[in-house]
Amino acid sequence: MKGQSLKDLQQKIGYKYTFDCVQCAYCLPVCPTYETMGIETHSPRGRINLVKMVAEGQMEIEDLREPIEKCLGCQACVTACPTDTQYGRILEGAKEVLNDWEKKSISKKITEKIVIGKLFPSSSGMDMIGHIMWGYEKTGLQKLARKTGLTSLAPMRLGKFEQVLPSPVAPKERKSRKNYYPAKGKVQLTVALFTGCIMDSMFFTTNQNTIKLLNHAGANVYIPEEQTCCGALHSHSGEANEARKLAIRNIKAFEEYNIDYVVNNAGGCGAQLSEYEHLLSEEPEWKARAHLFVQNSKDISTVLWDLGGIQLLEAKEEVVTYQPSCHLTHVQKVTREPKALIETIPGVIFREMKDEQKCCGSAGIYNIVNYEESMDILDVKMDHMKPTKANTIVTTNPGCLLQMKMGIKREGLEDSVRAVHLVDFLAERLLEN
Amino acid sequence: MNKKWQIELENVIKDNKRILTNPADLLSYGFDASFGQYKPERVVQPLNREEVAEVMKLANKHSIPVYPRGQGTCLSGGPLPLKGGIVLDTCRMTAKLIIDSENLTAVVSPGIITSKIKEAVDKEGFFYPPDPSSAHVSTIGGNVAENSGGPRGLKYGVTGNYVLGLEVVTPEGEIINTGGRTIKNVTGYNLTQLLVGSEGTLGVITEITLRLIPKPKSRVSILTVFDDLMDSGRAISRVLSSGIMPSAMEIMDKHCIKAVENYKPAGYPTDAAAILLIELDGHPKAIEEEAQQVDQICREVGARDVQIAVGEEDQKKLWEARKLVSPAIAKIKPTKISEDATVPRSKIPEMFDRLNKIRDKYNLELVVFGHAGDGNLHPNILADKRDRDEMKRVEMAVAEIFEAAIELGGTLSGEHGIGTMKSPFMEKELGTMGLAMMKRVKEAWDPNNIMNPGKIFPEKGQSKLVLTE
Repeated sequence: MKGQSLKDLQQKIGYKYTFDCVQCAYCLPVCPTYETMGIETHSPRGRINLVKMVAEGQMEIEDLREPIEKCLGCQACVTACPTDTQYGRILEGAKEVLNDWEKKSISKKITEKIVIGKLFPSSSGMDMIGHIMWGYEKTGLQKLARKTGLTSLAPMRLGKFEQVLPSPVAPKERKSRKNYYPAKGKVQLTVALFTGCIMDSMFFTTNQNTIKLLNHAGANVYIPEEQTCCGALHSHSGEANEARKLAIRNIKAFEEYNIDYVVNNAGGCGAQLSEYEHLLSEEPEWKARAHLFVQNSKDISTVLWDLGGIQLLEAKEEVVTYQPSCHLTHVQKVTREPKALIETIPGVIFREMKDEQKCCGSAGIYNIVNYEESMDILDVKMDHMKPTKANTIVTTNPGCLLQMKMGIKREGLEDSVRAVHLVDFLAERLLEN
Repeated sequence: MNKKWQIELENVIKDNKRILTNPADLLSYGFDASFGQYKPERVVQPLNREEVAEVMKLANKHSIPVYPRGQGTCLSGGPLPLKGGIVLDTCRMTAKLIIDSENLTAVVSPGIITSKIKEAVDKEGFFYPPDPSSAHVSTIGGNVAENSGGPRGLKYGVTGNYVLGLEVVTPEGEIINTGGRTIKNVTGYNLTQLLVGSEGTLGVITEITLRLIPKPKSRVSILTVFDDLMDSGRAISRVLSSGIMPSAMEIMDKHCIKAVENYKPAGYPTDAAAILLIELDGHPKAIEEEAQQVDQICREVGARDVQIAVGEEDQKKLWEARKLVSPAIAKIKPTKISEDATVPRSKIPEMFDRLNKIRDKYNLELVVFGHAGDGNLHPNILADKRDRDEMKRVEMAVAEIFEAAIELGGTLSGEHGIGTMKSPFMEKELGTMGLAMMKRVKEAWDPNNIMNPGKIFPEKGQSKLVLTE
């Protein structure tokens, strides 16, 4: 790489952002991979330095792959950074460069093409997953597969995760969802729900509960049909162009409605939605529209909290701890509201776990592609969870939820501990009129 | 092709996962929080003194340089692998953290993060005072090697004042113990204090015995505002000569105040010339009276405003703004050159004057904050590494800062160490013979010069600071 091409590379890889890092190391203690892997290469400071080395032609692009791919992208370092270095931008740039550079292995290419390229952005694709999951369970095929150990043959340890997936919802029920649900009682807001692709296929019930909670809190809820995947997985795997296309589709879909907010209930999706302005910053036609979209995007917890919470039933005493989604904490900077909502529930004893803001190791599809590393991080998390003696771990993101379920299983705590999405947890105790 | 010593190394550290060899890993151990990027040939992560001893024996046999390293927060280049060889990462040596309540001591492994020690000590009701800003990141081994300080140095001294004994692996691979666990210990040469602050040039620290003290019962913080920098200087001397010993006394100049207020408004007066943050700790009744005295003294020498904060929250607020100085000034320009030249405290106003002249002369963004009570100032220059011309001016300005400190009877370093950045100026402070005596000590300990070569002592022909390639 010489001359012009090095300059192009610097542009793409976010070289200029690396200069904001003063290498003070304040990011080291908050980084989950530095904690579990124990080498500077897998710390934010180390990664930033390596990006700089590549941009200056002092290291091969390929040598950057492992340090970047092993990063969770949790952005805890961004919160800890005293000089406000935009690690997210550096990571994104590095991923794009690595993606361009890669001569992908065939299996990886196929998986990515199918999973990311086709399935997530298409609602019928996601519906299909939902249907298959349902059929799979209902036909008894799941039992058979589990018994015979067939699940362990699934690629990239998918089998492990298959065991903690929620019960699927029947196609009929999925089809019967309406496009509009009016508020109960006095109308305070009108919002639209961002349903998300994974959320809507595998966590359909959570979406339904979200609508219910919003209605109860005094919000009219629209479900725009034209919406699509948020594009987080595309961004995180270096497919910026694909992510831009999805962003535009979503902005268009929600612009159709006269609403106060676009509400989402998945930390990861919400973080991606909040990046739309940055993502489209080079496209004059879209920048202002993206700005408006970002301004109006809100996590369910902040909307419910701002609406004064919801009336909840007193239930039996329950010890609860909270695993915040990294993207909710470090990108969207929502930290207070989910906990405040949990704490207001009558009968709940809330206990914060040590280092709660540290990533659980789920991180998009990190736990699938970097299974071993992810489990090391999860083990640390469970070591912090256990002393709280919680019966319930509340999460705010589907990835975290599955990872927590996985952690509970690994620890053999299925009989005493459960993991649940904040929305479902609140819905359980909803005071029905 | 692996060299002979590299193959032998694999027999010494059996768990080969703890020998790093790929380019990304090597480059990741080639920098610290100062300047320069180097590439060692191997990074080794030993777990105990035996492994360290084996590595040192091997390195000594083959004359391979060894660079001990903690978390790499050093601001003077201490762990930089200037000449290839082995970076010896001590971060995985964390086995021991034992607090001996009866003797008020703690025995700790070098890789433990300093704040973890402070927390553990605090739980037992004791106090380990050294508090470098990096305490929540840096290792105790690194703190001892660099003799780190912090705001509380004024009353409580630096790391070295709390080290009673050390276990050290010599450059020849022998394990020795210095000092002990007693407060008084005058047996022979004080090798413990020789090793403290030796910046990894004499051996690898593998265990540390620390002195603890009782925890002060309470504290108050006082913010004082000055319209004239000279007045703030006078306030420092007057407070200290009145018989009061604050636990910290921090100063910020107008450039710092402005930067903080631009970054995240803390309510500091942006038209002030300087502010002093004073912390008193001790018995509640005593500090209540002392706080009144400080108030009176500061007003007498011309303080425009004095605010006394007693409650935890109010105090936290005052100090949070002080902590914002670093990030705030980094917004001025990306490259931060942080110095720690220290002068006798009576010379602080004069040093400020010299620094202002240097700022003007080289037309640089130079701001000053620091631990005024002990004369330890932090002139920080904000520049842009990519601007070669500017960096040349920085080099000259930094040299002049060092010269000013020495001329005023001060020292090159109050708490960051010498490393690679200040070695060219050592002779100016110590004199030819003074430096030569240090060199003789080094040669006696490390006959093959394998222990962190290139640090403290200037290389041949190295006569000035170089920040540009």
